[in-house]
Order: sequence, then structure tokens, then C-alpha cells
Amino acid sequence: MSARPRLLEADHLVMEFGARGVMREKQTVQAVSGVSFYIDEGETLALVGESGCGKSTVGRLALRLLEPTGGSVRFEGTDLGSLSPSELRAIRRKMQIIFQDPYASLDPRMKVYSIIAEPLVTHRVYGAKRETEARVRELMSRVGLGPEQIDRYPHQFSGGQRQRIGIARALALNPKLVVCDEPVSALDVSIQAQILNLLSDLQEELGLTYLFISHDLGVVRHISDRICVMFLGRLCETGPTEDIFRTPLHPYTKFLLEAVPKPDPHLRKEKKALLAGEMPSPVNPPPGCRFHTRCPESGDICAQVTPEMRSFGARQAACHFIR
Amino acid sequence: MSDMNAEETGSAGAGAGEGGTTAGLLAEMLRNSRLAAFSLAVIIFIIAASFAAPLYMPYDPNKPSLSERFAPPSASHWAGCDDLGRDQFTRLVYGARISIMIGLVPTSLSIILGTALGLVSGFAGGRTDFFIMRLADVVLAFPSLLLAMVVSYTLGGGVTSIFAALAFVGWAATARVIRAQTMSLKEKEFVESARSVGVRESVIMLRHILPNCIPNIIVLFTLNIPEAILNESALSFLGVGASPPSASWGLMVYRYKTYLMSYPWLAAAPGAAILIFVLAFNFLGDGVRDTLDPYMKD
Ligand SMILES: Nc1ncnc2c1ncn2[C@@H]1O[C@H](COP(=O)(O)OP(=O)(O)O)[C@@H](O)[C@H]1O
Ligand code: SF4
Ligand SMILES: [Mg+2]
Repeated sequence: MSARPRLLEADHLVMEFGARGVMREKQTVQAVSGVSFYIDEGETLALVGESGCGKSTVGRLALRLLEPTGGSVRFEGTDLGSLSPSELRAIRRKMQIIFQDPYASLDPRMKVYSIIAEPLVTHRVYGAKRETEARVRELMSRVGLGPEQIDRYPHQFSGGQRQRIGIARALALNPKLVVCDEPVSALDVSIQAQILNLLSDLQEELGLTYLFISHDLGVVRHISDRICVMFLGRLCETGPTEDIFRTPLHPYTKFLLEAVPKPDPHLRKEKKALLAGEMPSPVNPPPGCRFHTRCPESGDICAQVTPEMRSFGARQAACHFIR
Repeated sequence: MSDMNAEETGSAGAGAGEGGTTAGLLAEMLRNSRLAAFSLAVIIFIIAASFAAPLYMPYDPNKPSLSERFAPPSASHWAGCDDLGRDQFTRLVYGARISIMIGLVPTSLSIILGTALGLVSGFAGGRTDFFIMRLADVVLAFPSLLLAMVVSYTLGGGVTSIFAALAFVGWAATARVIRAQTMSLKEKEFVESARSVGVRESVIMLRHILPNCIPNIIVLFTLNIPEAILNESALSFLGVGASPPSASWGLMVYRYKTYLMSYPWLAAAPGAAILIFVLAFNFLGDGVRDTLDPYMKD
């Protein structure tokens, strides 16, 4: 693994959103608070955490679809923050995103052809329309869409098929990095496996690098090389997938693993340990360790001191009580 | 972009009720609302009848006939004759052209202006938005008729200044609607998707936001036409409308109001024509809006 060159490096990313509270008072949503990670070429890094913990925001920061409040992202060694708007548009050829919601992410007034061709047209990849169309047809067949569907509108497709359109569009420019933002969580369970298999096959075939976002550890088990576990804007634990599944270190990782459905229904029921208290809000995150209000293992120090990331072999975790 | 299968997609869009082509949406509306379909038929009939008038109307709309002054409605003069003995029904049919022009031209102008300003306002935000919206507030703060009168009077009266005046009072409401729609559209994931692919902001606005405003534009258009016709009638009635002999229906009501007691049909006939035309456009506009509403909400 160490032979692979580094593709993307995120350093202490911070993202704060301005928002309005119930009384219309000004608030700051601390969506991401100091997240660092890297992705090597050809690997899949999974980013896992409950809904609202900031995963999508991290994904957008990685592609600089959002400008971070703090921190930086290097892509192939280039600081994305140092690029001019036109340089940034040019580098987007190499990094793409597949969105969670296949209904909202396709322009309802565009035909499949225009949707998939847009990246090609934008970057003037081909001179002739004939070539663009040939490439669109090739992409469609690769993701499992029929050639007769080229002139249809998104609403004429099922969720799974729409996601295939989104994948074809994301792959049109032969990107290196693809951020998959919960690409299957809006789909029927029966279709999820098909799309996941398609994404794995494409990765192997095209040597893609994935940042794979999911709220479900179970989904990423078989496709990710490494996992970052995230809670309320911070990373709890990162490490190789097998290590995390075999011996989770962080209390939050342990909780997430218990929530993964077990094959044995008896085991499943028994293990359904619920966390105490409510999910804290990113507007007023708890001081110290952000997990302390719900953590079954918390001690006095947890509410006062923010735990730093520490290394444990191939892994890193942020908790005061890991030895 | 490829137009090889235009027919197929047109009909496919009609079946679904959300997204798809504008033509498909309109076809669906005609199926859903009999009233809207009937209104559209009435409008098309009136327009066709008016433009084909020289082909079949026996009388000249502007030729006086002193012997027939104030002739009451009869088999040969369906709506009677006016103070100069001109056939009233002929004048009504010809007058429809002017009313259609008055409905279409200023409405088109105000829709184009309002859409452009609303799009830029909603997409750019910030100071640009602030400036355009305060301008719209000012326009909307005055009663539209009064404002139109002032503008029309300032520009010297006549058909052109009426058009300009109506466009000037009309753009602000359109700009507000399109701005709101633009602001909601620009948060959609498909806009972010375009950005992620490297599409320029100005292209995003024209390629992704504007086409998604078309349903709103159609609704605004159908609802603004009757308003323009009514406004012009009111302006004519107040004596600042289009000048004769290009008699609009509104002007006819104005001219014949003096004979309201003695020859009531003279003012009643153009009044009824305005009513029918305006109602038909209103029903059509309602039908379009009802059909597009589920689509516009999401
Ligand atoms: N554009 C935005 N403006 C304000 N708040 C936002 C915005 N985007 C995300 N947030 C907030 O940031 C937090 C993290 O959101 P997100 O990254 O979408 O989480 P996840 O993808 O893990 O569900 C949430 O509390 C969300 O409400
Ligand atoms: S630092 Fe404390 S509160 Fe946080 S995870 Fe560890 S034990 Fe729990
Ligand atoms: Mg998300």
C-alpha cells in the first residue's frame, strides 16, 4: 500500500456555516472542526458517521465545492485553495462526485444525453458531436443503460437507473478521484448491491480512487481499504477496514459496529445498545470530547479536554482512555 | 440536444407530470382541465377570427354610413352601429387585433425584462440583488394604473408609449417570482453537479436555472396578458389609451360611454368582449398553474 502515490491530502479542515435559529438569531453551525485525512491513488477511503455529522461537507471540501473556513486540501500536491477559478474548473476534470440523491442531482429538464455529455462539452474533449455521442453511448453501456434511453428525461427512470446516469456523468472525463456521497442510501436494498458492485468493477477497471461516504459501516465493509469514523464534525478513529471491524478502539466506533445488522436475529436484538441522551447539535457542540454526553465510557476529563488523535499501530483514534 | 427523437420524448414527458418538456406539460394540462382547454380554444378562435376578418367580414370597420347611425342590433348588424354608422360587430372583430397586441407586446417585454432581472438578482445575490429588488419595490409601491398613466403621459401617449408604460409597471412582479425560483433552484444538487464538472457560473444560470423557470414564465405570461388588456382598457377609458382610428376595445367603451343611457349596446358589446377575452386568459393561466404546481413545488 505504501507504494501508492498520495492523491489527496486534507489538513485540518474547518467548515462553519452561518445560520438562523428559531428566534432568527445568528448562529454558527460547526459542521467540520479540524478534519485531516489522506487518500492514496487507487484506494477506497470510507467516511462513516451518523447523518448530520458533516460527511457531505467533508466530501464537498475535498473537491473544493465549498471554500473551507480553515485548513487546506492538496490534490496531487497542488493546494486547491491557491488555484484561480479557471484553474479550478480545469482541475475538476480529475475529480468528480456521485451524489446521494439521484432525484435532485440530475437536471429535470435535460435529456440523458445532455446530462452525460455536459462534462465532455464543458471541457471541449471532442471536436465533433459524433465523437461526443459515441463516448456518451459507450459510458451508458458501461453503467448498464440501454442505448434507447439516451433521449429520455430523468423522471422516466427509477432511482437505481438515475444513479447509473449520475455515475456515467461522473466518469465521463476519466477522473482520478470520485467522491461517492452515500451513492446507495437513497436506493432500495435490492438495488444497492448492484450499484455497489458496479462501483467496485469500475474502480478495478479504471483504477479509480474513491472517497466513499456512508452512514452505515456495514455498507463499506467490503469495498473500503481504510475507514474514517466521524462524529459531530471530528474524526474519532481511522485505520484499515479489517482492524476496525476486528478490534474497534473508539467507543463511538464500537457503538456503530453494534448497529450493523448481524446475520443472527437473536444477537441483533441483544446487542441493540442505544446511546444515552440526544444527539448534540453542531450549533452548540459539547466542550472537550464531543461524544462525552453520550459516551458510555466517559470520565471527568472528557468534558474538559479535547482528545487528540493518537497512533495505535496502523490506526489513529481520539479518545482519552485508549491504551 | 440531439433532436432525432423530439416526438417520442414530447409524448413521454406528457405522461409523467413532472419535469420533461414544456409541450408535454401543456398537453397534460389540456387533458386535466376542460375549462383551460375550452378557454384556449376560445382564445385561438378569437385571434384567428380577427386576423382572418378581411376575408369574410362584409363591412369595412372604418367606413361611415350616415343613414345607419345608432342602428340597433339586427340580423344585418349583430351589434348595431355606432355614432358614425359603422358596423359595431366588425369593429369589435378588428379591434381584437389591437387588444391581442396590447396583451402580447407589453407582456412579452415585461416578462423578458423581469426574467432577466429576476434571474440575475437571485443568482448573483448581494448588492446586485439588493439594488434590483429595491427598484422593484419602488415600482410595486405605486398603483400600477397610476404609474402606467404617468409613464404613458411622459412618453407622449400613443400605442408605443402605452406598451412601454405597461411593460414598465409589469416587470417588477415577474422579477420577484423569477428571483424566488432562482434562489431555490441554485441550491439544488444539479446546480452543484454542474459546478463540480467545471461549468462556468454564467453558463449554469442560462443552461440550468433559466430552463427550470420556464413553467413559472408560462404561468406569469398567461396571467399577465389579461392584466395588460384590462390596464389598457382602463387607460383608454381615462383618456390616455391608444388613439383612434386604431380602436381598441377599451377605447370603444370609453368613446361610447356617453351613449350609455340611450344606446347601451354600444359600450356593452366591447365591454363583453373584454370580459370574455380576459376570463379566457385567466382560466387558461389557472389551468397552467395547477398543472405545473406539483412540479414547481419540488
Ligand atoms: N449550506 C449549509 N448551510 C448551513 N448549514 C449546513 C449547510 N450544509 C450543511 N449544513 C449543516 O452542517 C451539518 C453537517 O451536514 P452534512 O455535511 O450534510 O452532514 P452529513 O452528510 O453527515 O449528513 C448539518 O448540521 C447541516 O445542517
Ligand atoms: S474521550 Fe471520553 S467521552 Fe470521548 S470517546 Fe473517549 S471516553 Fe468517550
Ligand atoms: Mg450527507
